[in-house]
Parts: sequence; structure tokens; C-alpha cells
Amino acid sequence: MQIYLPIAEMSVNIFLILGLGGGVGFLSGLFGVGGGFLMTPLLFFIGIPSPVAVATEANQIVASSISGVLAHFRRGNVDVKMGIVLLIGGVLGSSFGVWLFTVLKNLGQIDLVIKLSYVVFLTIIGSLMLVESVRAMQKRKKAVKSKAHYHNWLHGLPFKMRFRKSRLYISALLPIAIGFFVGLLAAIMGVGGGFVMVPAMIYLLGMPTSVVVGTSLLQIIFVTANVTILQAVNNQTVDVVLALILMIGGVIGAQFGARFGSRMQGEHLRGLLAVIVLGVCAKLSYDLIAVPADLYSLGGSVGH
Amino acid sequence: MKFLIRLFVFSAVLALVTPGRSVQASAITVDLSDPIVKITAGFSGTDLLIFGVAPGDGDVVVVVRGPIREEVVRKKEQVMGVWVNRRQMVLENVPSLYMMASNRDLDEFLPGGIAYTHQIGVENIRMKPTKEYAHVKDWETFRHALIRNKENQGLYKWKSGNLVFQGNRLFRTKIHFPANLTVGTFGIDTYLIEKGEMVAFETTLLNVRKFGIEAEVYNFAHRHSFAYGVLAILVAGLAGWMANAAFRKA
Repeated sequence: MQIYLPIAEMSVNIFLILGLGGGVGFLSGLFGVGGGFLMTPLLFFIGIPSPVAVATEANQIVASSISGVLAHFRRGNVDVKMGIVLLIGGVLGSSFGVWLFTVLKNLGQIDLVIKLSYVVFLTIIGSLMLVESVRAMQKRKKAVKSKAHYHNWLHGLPFKMRFRKSRLYISALLPIAIGFFVGLLAAIMGVGGGFVMVPAMIYLLGMPTSVVVGTSLLQIIFVTANVTILQAVNNQTVDVVLALILMIGGVIGAQFGARFGSRMQGEHLRGLLAVIVLGVCAKLSYDLIAVPADLYSLGGSVGH
Repeated sequence: MKFLIRLFVFSAVLALVTPGRSVQASAITVDLSDPIVKITAGFSGTDLLIFGVAPGDGDVVVVVRGPIREEVVRKKEQVMGVWVNRRQMVLENVPSLYMMASNRDLDEFLPGGIAYTHQIGVENIRMKPTKEYAHVKDWETFRHALIRNKENQGLYKWKSGNLVFQGNRLFRTKIHFPANLTVGTFGIDTYLIEKGEMVAFETTLLNVRKFGIEAEVYNFAHRHSFAYGVLAILVAGLAGWMANAAFRKA
């Protein structure tokens, strides 16, 4: 059954979109990741214009993060104060990101920048995950206990704040900077940015892993909401019909994924995710490097 | 129902035609199977039947033109192994859609002068660079690229022989409109060519519009974009909350 997307201005098969939402939702439930970094490239692959894919995916992430954060709140795994400080950076970063997005779109370079960003980040993350899961599989028996966090020059920065829930006394500049960078990624790439923020919170801030996911989700809700509004105002690229179908598929898929995931081993899961990430990355890279079918392309009409 | 009315008009027109050469040789009658193309939630392209009566024994060309706009064409070049948009050109007087139908090959009956004057055939569309790009020497390659891309998107078509006569100078042709249509008023020009002269010419208008929920979402997003953004977030919030509530019960 075909459905016409009012903002993307194209006709798509509704079951294909439901299936994509369900499939990525399944993976995100399985691996405990947001899924934006897989969904956005998949939307490119089925022909959704990249500005629409990025802005619409931000809208979908609002939904998936809200449903996630409620579960974490119930278990008390959210550091609200840290979330707010991260959010200050996040709002600044994502607002700057949408401005940059609009400039690049008018220059005709947004497509390239989005895809290059994906290639860079998916390569780094996919390789790190693969290496880590292979190592974990090799020496599962040897559990190495490391220190909670290391002290370095980052802890000498001014504007120190106390974060009770995270048991930290650190400079507020650090989470603001992390929030800014993640907000920028959210705006340009149509992702929540959890895959960058979670490691940064653990390794740079030294937050306890129990509160990391809930706190990052809290920040992601508001950052992606900010991106949704700014994209809607500046570029009119948020397609609510597409977002709604993706949400429905995603919700159903995530439930199955979470149940299935509890029966698999962590390092196998991570290895599998790494392979999927690298596969998507390879396809994107190939499209950038291979000689295009036509060197010329239409950039849309002007002034209508 | 509408179709039946059209069919009735169609047969009425047919009944009016006198056999052989008509005195009013210059009158062409043209009608469409539907004067409005509605882009609704289930829209995936549509076929439009253009039919009419052309007196005399000339040849008929039908040209469908979408709204005229300026169009950006970009060219990719390789930079460090990656294909990057490096050059840009803006062409004006570009119809968003251009479809042509004729009963036989144009060069068999249509003099170049008439084709040029009436912009019949894609090569005769008077597209040219905007002032800003007027100095670019190889702009013609961008023009060819535009036509090629439009053709690949199914928006430009110029096959001949796709218009048929069915006795008594009744002609009909079917034009396929793809799903990636732009809205606006389309012009359908029908030309009757006899012995190297244009003996009749008729313009019919076609309205392409978004209808129902599609139109409302699109207009809301463009006219009240802030409110649209807020609404998008509320929808997402509600969906997220409902998903969580359902998941907790399960």
C-alpha cells in the first residue's frame, strides 16, 4: 500500500517504512542503543531526501527517548542536575548545528557533509565495538577491575559543581562542552548522539554507568525536540506522517528486541551490532567514492 | 460518476463531427478525463486521458507543461576520491514537467520554425541561465543535464506515436503523471499542423493540487512552521508515553 508523504513529497510503501521502523526498533531494543544512526542512513537508501530524513528522525527520537527515560526514572537512574547542565550545551550545540545545516543546504553541500559525518563516526564506533567485543570474547574469564575514573587536567577547570547522584565534583564546562558537541551531531546527522555521549560520560566525566543511559536519554529528548522545532521553522523538513509510521514500527520492534536480547550474551550482541554498523558505513562510503550515474544533479527549484 | 459525465461529453463531441473536411477547419476541441489531479494520501501517480477532435487531415501535437520555475543544476567533481558538488548553474524558464504526444514523428510534419516559436520539443524550451550565471560558457551542458535528469525522474517525456486517431478525426492520448509532481496550474497545448502550417491551436488548463490531510499537513508546515514543530513534538511525546505505558503492562 502506497502512502504519499506530504513533506518529502514522494510516494512510499507504508509497509516498507513500518518494516524499517520495526527492524531498527528491534535492533535498538536488542542492543540498548537509540537507533538513529542506523535509521537515518536507511532512509537515505530508500530515497528520502537527506534533509527530510535527518529532521524527521530527530522527531522520532523524541518519542523513543521519552519512552526510554520513563523506565529509567522509575528505577531512579537519572541524574537530573547533570542532565540539565548537559542540556545547556546541547541546546547551544543543536541550535548552532541547525544554522550550519541551513547554510550548507543552501550551498548544496549538506548531503556530502551528512554522509561524510556518518562515514567517520560509523567507522570509529563500528571498529571500536568490534575490537572490544572480540577482546571480551577472548578473555571473558579475566575480569579486570579498573578505577572509577582518572584525574587529569580536565578536572582542573573552573566553575566546579557538585553532582550528588553521579557522586562527582567537576567543572560544569566539561558536560556543557560534551552536550554542545552531541547537540551539533544531533542537528547535522539526525541522531540522538547516545553513542558519543555515553562513552564521554563514562570516560571523560567518570559518571557511574548505572545513571549514564537514563541521564543521556533525558538530554537527548530536549536536544532532539529543539532540533525538530528549529528544522521545522528553518527548513520545513519535518515529515510528521513519516515520523509517525516510524514511531509505530519502532515501538513494536523495540519490545521484541528487548525480550530477545536478554537471551544473548553481551559481547556477541556488540559484535553483531559492530558488523551491522560497518556494513551501513561501507555502503555509504561506496556511494561517495563510486562514479555517480550522472555527474549532474538537480538542486531543486528556487524562489517558489 | 464524473467519469460518466466526461464520457457523455466525449460522445457528444463525437456526434457533432461532420465527416470529411469541415468548414471550420481551424477549430480544435480538447477535453481531459479529469480537470484536476488530486494529490491525496494514497497518491502514487496517475494517468490523464487527453482527447478531442481535430478537423481537416493534419497532424496533432499535444504538449503538457508544468509551472515555470528556476531550477538549480549542480555538477560533481572528484575531490580526494570523493564526489563533491563543485559547480552550480541556475536556469530560468524551466517547466517543472514537460510531456509531449504526437501521432507520428515530429520531423515528418512539423517545420522547425513552428517548433521553435511554440517551444515544441524539449530542445526548444527557452531555458537559459539567470543573470547571475549568464557569463558561464558551457551552460548548455547544464541544460542537457537538466533535461536528462528530468527525464530520469519521469517528468520530461517526448515519445512520438503515442497519440492515436480513432475515426472521424477523434484523437486521444494517455499521459502518465509520476508521484513526484509539483502542484500548480499546468497548461495543455494542442496544435494542429497541416501542410507545414499551424491551422489550429487550443490551450486547456489542468489543476494539480494537494487534497485532504496531505494539503493540510503541507500548508500547516509552511505557514505556521513553529506551531507545526511544537505539534510534531507533542505527537512524539504522546507516542513515547503510550509506548512506555503499554510496555509496562506487558
